[in-house]
Amino acid sequence: MSIFVDDDTRVVVQGITGGEGKFHTEQMLEYGTNVVAGAVPGKGGQEVAGVPVYDTVDEAVDAEDADASVVFVPPAFAGDAVFEALDTDLDLVVAITEGIPTQDMAKVNKRLSEVDTRLLGPNCPGIITPGEAKLGILPGNIFEAGNVGLVSRSGTLTYQVVSNLTERGIGQTTAIGIGGDPIIGTSFVDALEAFEADTDTDAVVMCGEIGGEDEEQAAKFIAEHMDTPVAGFIAGRTAPPGKRMGHAGAIVSGSGTGTAESKIGALNDAGVPVGDTPNEVADHIEDFL
Amino acid sequence: MRLHEYQAKQVFADAGIPTPDSRLASTVEEVMDAVDEIGYPAAIKAQVHVGGRGKAGGIEIATSEAEAREAAESILGMDLKGYTVDKVLVEAGVDFENELYVGITMDRGEGEPVAMVSTEGGVDIESVAEETPEKIAREHIDPAFGLHPYQARKVVFEAGIPKDVAMDVASILTTLYDLYESKDASEVEINPVMITGDREVVAADAVMNIDEDALFRQPELAEMEDEAAGDELEAKANEYGFDYVRLSGNVGIIGNGAGLVMTTLDLVDYYGGAPANFLDIGGGAKAERVANALEMVFADENVDSVVFNIFGGITRGDEVAKGINEALAQFDEIPKPVVVRLAGTNAAEGMEILNEDLVQVESTLEDAVQRAVKNAEEVTQ
Repeated sequence: MSIFVDDDTRVVVQGITGGEGKFHTEQMLEYGTNVVAGAVPGKGGQEVAGVPVYDTVDEAVDAEDADASVVFVPPAFAGDAVFEALDTDLDLVVAITEGIPTQDMAKVNKRLSEVDTRLLGPNCPGIITPGEAKLGILPGNIFEAGNVGLVSRSGTLTYQVVSNLTERGIGQTTAIGIGGDPIIGTSFVDALEAFEADTDTDAVVMCGEIGGEDEEQAAKFIAEHMDTPVAGFIAGRTAPPGKRMGHAGAIVSGSGTGTAESKIGALNDAGVPVGDTPNEVADHIEDFL
Repeated sequence: MRLHEYQAKQVFADAGIPTPDSRLASTVEEVMDAVDEIGYPAAIKAQVHVGGRGKAGGIEIATSEAEAREAAESILGMDLKGYTVDKVLVEAGVDFENELYVGITMDRGEGEPVAMVSTEGGVDIESVAEETPEKIAREHIDPAFGLHPYQARKVVFEAGIPKDVAMDVASILTTLYDLYESKDASEVEINPVMITGDREVVAADAVMNIDEDALFRQPELAEMEDEAAGDELEAKANEYGFDYVRLSGNVGIIGNGAGLVMTTLDLVDYYGGAPANFLDIGGGAKAERVANALEMVFADENVDSVVFNIFGGITRGDEVAKGINEALAQFDEIPKPVVVRLAGTNAAEGMEILNEDLVQVESTLEDAVQRAVKNAEEVTQ
């Protein structure tokens, strides 16, 4: 089993005619993902990599029976693109775009509370259920099907930890990048809850980073609601306060909230071992299995 | 992006928020002209992005020409926590009875803005929040509708603002939210709002932070970005479009993806070294970008050794290797030892391309970092 996506997921790509959209549509198809449609205003009737393009997401969903979308639309228009996707009856919207203005995301966030659709991201690498489907930009070849779930705020750090797992022959049920922005759709808690309910997931890796309090809330959730063991990693121990470390959300506030110490402490208190290096996280997972 | 006080005050004043009469000055003579027009007492305030300016000597009150000249001479050109003061705001002194706090910021946890009002103005609001949280009234704002006038009144009354000025403060708060939204701010704050003896309300300070991701649609604010005030290398990184933060150590770090670069910094520290910088070349970087990154880190005189850590997703190892070769080809002798670790997409192709006479190659993150730390130690010995 897996969470959120599998080989039945039917995907529409928003922004399929752009450079990134086209390249990653080809990569997703090659991986075996059912990319069934593209949506780009004014480009309806065209084809990209053999995939039919529609002018609106609504049309694409109706015509091709899609149930998920991936957004590769530039930041200035991405908030609107996510709104468009949320106004159809898609189950899942994955927003890859980095750099969406925070106030656009605040409005999206408000709409999310009114619909049943799940948003993943923005500013995330996407989601992969190895051997079944990938929605996003993750390099498929480093993943192996298996029994460990992974949820992370960062893309390349996810790849690093996955390679540490895969090298030891430990595969993954599903790996999820939730995104490095201050306002995101799916939180650590949402992903952990789904992994806890998934009978095939025997252990979970959670990679957090400085900024916000999502990791602290996740720690509380793990302590109260999870039987599946979790190992953690927190990036940004050496980040100075007040500086944005690449991700818009990765910032320790001047008053000292959002620090790595606070997150590591909260996870340890919840019984979650936190690796000093990515490889140590894999050690902990190996111990669990 | 944080606006200077004088810039934020201009934005606030243009929107109709009362601010004291003021002039910007960058020489002693300009200060003297300004006080001439404004009169005494006058506040002379350093315009630098430093917290606690007053305590550090960056704000003086002058009640005479002699004091104004003395203050101008001492503040202009002074070093304030690493920043040189080249501009001061000369402002009419306000005779006040009370100091209040009003501000709006994004509540990340709730994913919506929150308005905050307190009678405890004039001090660091974060310490008020910590020590006496009950003294700050809060109201969350639905971003779809904005701040309703009734909400502004509600939070002002809840905070216990004196009744005779409550409606004026509520009106300032409403205007602040309009600015917060229309200017794509991440934070707006007036601390303190002063209440004068005549029961007028005046914005005596002004804080405005703009969401950097929204600058593309705020061209007027983008022009206010004060490049001269920042670190030289940080300004250069801005030009190249790198996410870059300068730190004080001697191990230069280049990588792709914020989380992995942060992790590389952390590992340098873990293995006993000290990171010199955070530099994220971003996804899908081509050879030229890689070369620019290496050039930047070499330009930092604190750097004794460099580690390049790439895990390719959309970034290709062969492009990275080409960029490293290109950047190093221009030197007769490599200025600082470079350790390279390539993994992920086209890593094997990259390894073949890399000129191993010029760089040290490691296959794991841990080994690469340990070697770079050792290289730095050897230089400093």
